[in-house]
Amino acid sequence: MSSQGISQVLVYGIVLIALSYPLGIYMSRVYDRERFLAGRLGWLRAIERGFYRTIGTDSSKEQDWKSYAKTVLVFSVLFSGLLYAIQRLQAHLFLNPDHLPAVPSHIALNTTASFVTNTNWQYYGGEYTMSYLSQMTGLAVQQFVSAGVGMAVLAAVIRGISRRSTTELGNFWVDLYRSCTYVLLPLALILTVILISQGVPQTFSGHATATTLEGATQTIARGPAASMISIKQLGTNGGGFYNSNSAVPFENPNGLTNFLEMIAILLIPAAQVFMFGRMVLARRHAWMVFAAMFAMFAIGVAVNYPAEQHGSAVLRASGVNITQGNGSSGGNMQDKEVRFGLANSAIWTTATSDASNGSVNAGLDAQTPAGGSVPLINLFVGEVIFGGVGSGLYGMFFYIIIAVFVAGLMVGRTPEWLGKKIEAREIKYAALGALFVPTMVLAMTAVAIVTKSGLASVYNPGVHGFTETLYAYTSQSNNNGSAFAGYGATNFSAEFGTVALYLGRFVPMLAALALAGSIGRKKIVPASAGTFRTDGATFVVLLIGVIVLTAGLMILPALTLGPIVEGLG
Amino acid sequence: MLRDLKTSVIAVVVLTVVFGLTWPAIMTGFAQVAFNHQANGSLIKVHGKVVGSELAAQSFTKPQYFHERPSATAPAYNAGATTFDNLGPTSPDLAKAIKQNVQAILKLEGPYNPGLTVHDIPVDAVTTSASGIDPDISPAYAQLQSRRVAAVRHMSLSAVKKLISANTDGRSLDFFGEPGVNVLELNVALDKAQGN
Repeated sequence: MSSQGISQVLVYGIVLIALSYPLGIYMSRVYDRERFLAGRLGWLRAIERGFYRTIGTDSSKEQDWKSYAKTVLVFSVLFSGLLYAIQRLQAHLFLNPDHLPAVPSHIALNTTASFVTNTNWQYYGGEYTMSYLSQMTGLAVQQFVSAGVGMAVLAAVIRGISRRSTTELGNFWVDLYRSCTYVLLPLALILTVILISQGVPQTFSGHATATTLEGATQTIARGPAASMISIKQLGTNGGGFYNSNSAVPFENPNGLTNFLEMIAILLIPAAQVFMFGRMVLARRHAWMVFAAMFAMFAIGVAVNYPAEQHGSAVLRASGVNITQGNGSSGGNMQDKEVRFGLANSAIWTTATSDASNGSVNAGLDAQTPAGGSVPLINLFVGEVIFGGVGSGLYGMFFYIIIAVFVAGLMVGRTPEWLGKKIEAREIKYAALGALFVPTMVLAMTAVAIVTKSGLASVYNPGVHGFTETLYAYTSQSNNNGSAFAGYGATNFSAEFGTVALYLGRFVPMLAALALAGSIGRKKIVPASAGTFRTDGATFVVLLIGVIVLTAGLMILPALTLGPIVEGLG
Repeated sequence: MLRDLKTSVIAVVVLTVVFGLTWPAIMTGFAQVAFNHQANGSLIKVHGKVVGSELAAQSFTKPQYFHERPSATAPAYNAGATTFDNLGPTSPDLAKAIKQNVQAILKLEGPYNPGLTVHDIPVDAVTTSASGIDPDISPAYAQLQSRRVAAVRHMSLSAVKKLISANTDGRSLDFFGEPGVNVLELNVALDKAQGN
């Protein structure tokens, strides 16, 4: 590890906090329907009203949790249909300058589920599978909208926590519109312009052809990439324009774009913690939640970076120079890029797996057993270390409720959280939200590892192949989308994965909305001497402990079969 | 219920038009005017002909050129179908590939670098890049190749080294990322220095 590398990690942490805090304050205002944009910029409100009129909804009407959930589901099903159709018909539609054929049905099915659920798992190679039309009007639209859905649901859940004696959680269309238009769009605009200036393509022309210095012909894929890559990072989507994702120089040309894209990965999920603190009037509590998340993020980088610098068993045995210094970053450079080196690959790998983003700037399959287990564990805890936009924080609420419940058991009082009594119903929803996905992951991995159809996807031999399988179902179920990318697409893996994608998105989402519906009906009880304080360091320790115990222990046996055996071998 | 469905259908259409067509079209229009070179793939032209891109490695096998890092794409350095290598950290195939890469480098550079051993080869020279088209090699790998290039081209070593540093991309803003030597730009500069 180098001092430059370590200082880049530190600066990343500082800049992330410095940008996410004010953004969180701004976002807490965005979801305030009456007051936001009341005075200046009235024309923006006029456009907004025009949208509600066009779709024919009464924006002043609020919904209870069931109605909100129903709207989300209907909307997602319809979008799934459109996305599938675009991919299957792309050969006959416009904006297909490289004349790509229809996306095969099992790939199109999995990709549809993958993008509607904000996962962006990629069983296809972007530049040679998807036409510009599919990338723009299919995939990139979902990168805005599926992110907007997650953010909207979070806003509704927070209202359930902050309000009292009501069943109303807000209006889905208002929350969706505002998430997309007042948060995602302006940030995407800034990032897109910077990315273009640094070399990310933005063109409707087909691929370029070059005659190389040695006389060979080289095809250079390009297209409307920058407008997609910005939102892919900001919306914790992760699905790249190119197959090798953010490692490709056309997606991520230099150290600056790499830094900004890494900030974009965690920016909104981090800001939402501060937004939550403002909306429930519990800023210290929000800081403690942020502290727990940030600590777990820092641990990830602190494990991955030295592990990769130490190098893999194969590289150490080969005798090549893996020492850092003298114009070389050293370490495990297999499936890594020179301009990023090890520090920036470590930050990215940790951030993208914390945030349910799933884009990668270095291959994960090639990482050392210890380094590669960082993203695996991050995924497995359910994408709550910042997590996906919206889904990360409402996922964290499940753990917070379990933590408060455990604390209540210890002191022998009815548990409370932010003035609301936590009772049997809330515990049930929280347990469902926290445990459904890990249980599903283990079951699906087991099926995929004992069946012939499942094993057909494995690329590397031995225990590493097991890790690939575990990672594939962990990633899809938790809506992350990163991969030990050797794991291949078959009819079985694509269809089985589709189930994981949809259930992994909507079961926890419905649990969160049901939880909000239940909590919203409660009265506020004033805090007493017996109330467990959720705004101190004790709470941070307890929360991390609960996450490690609930999710960590579930994955430990699987980790033993995969990375741990490989690391010892 | 039917009303809700209709609302959703219209919303799907409106959002697709706004974020799927209008947004990328506006960005493309802006990019083509403001950053035409970058927006179209940062192509490098020599005598008016496109020879490659600043952002993509290409195949170099001749001894007068600096060589790129290994690539896992098919064929190598395919900027139309990027891919990782995906061999795991304990994979026997990886061990074999690295061994072959080491042997090839020792054979190529050995005659120009007496006493060269495997321990002198920087790791990026024998490992595949993540994209398969990493345009950069580490400064260390460029130094290793410099004696061969200078000898084959009958140039002085210092002249070659000067071109290496001129084509080294430092950290962005002197801080972010790692320094790398852009191989295609360096080779174009070498050809140009010798009047090609």
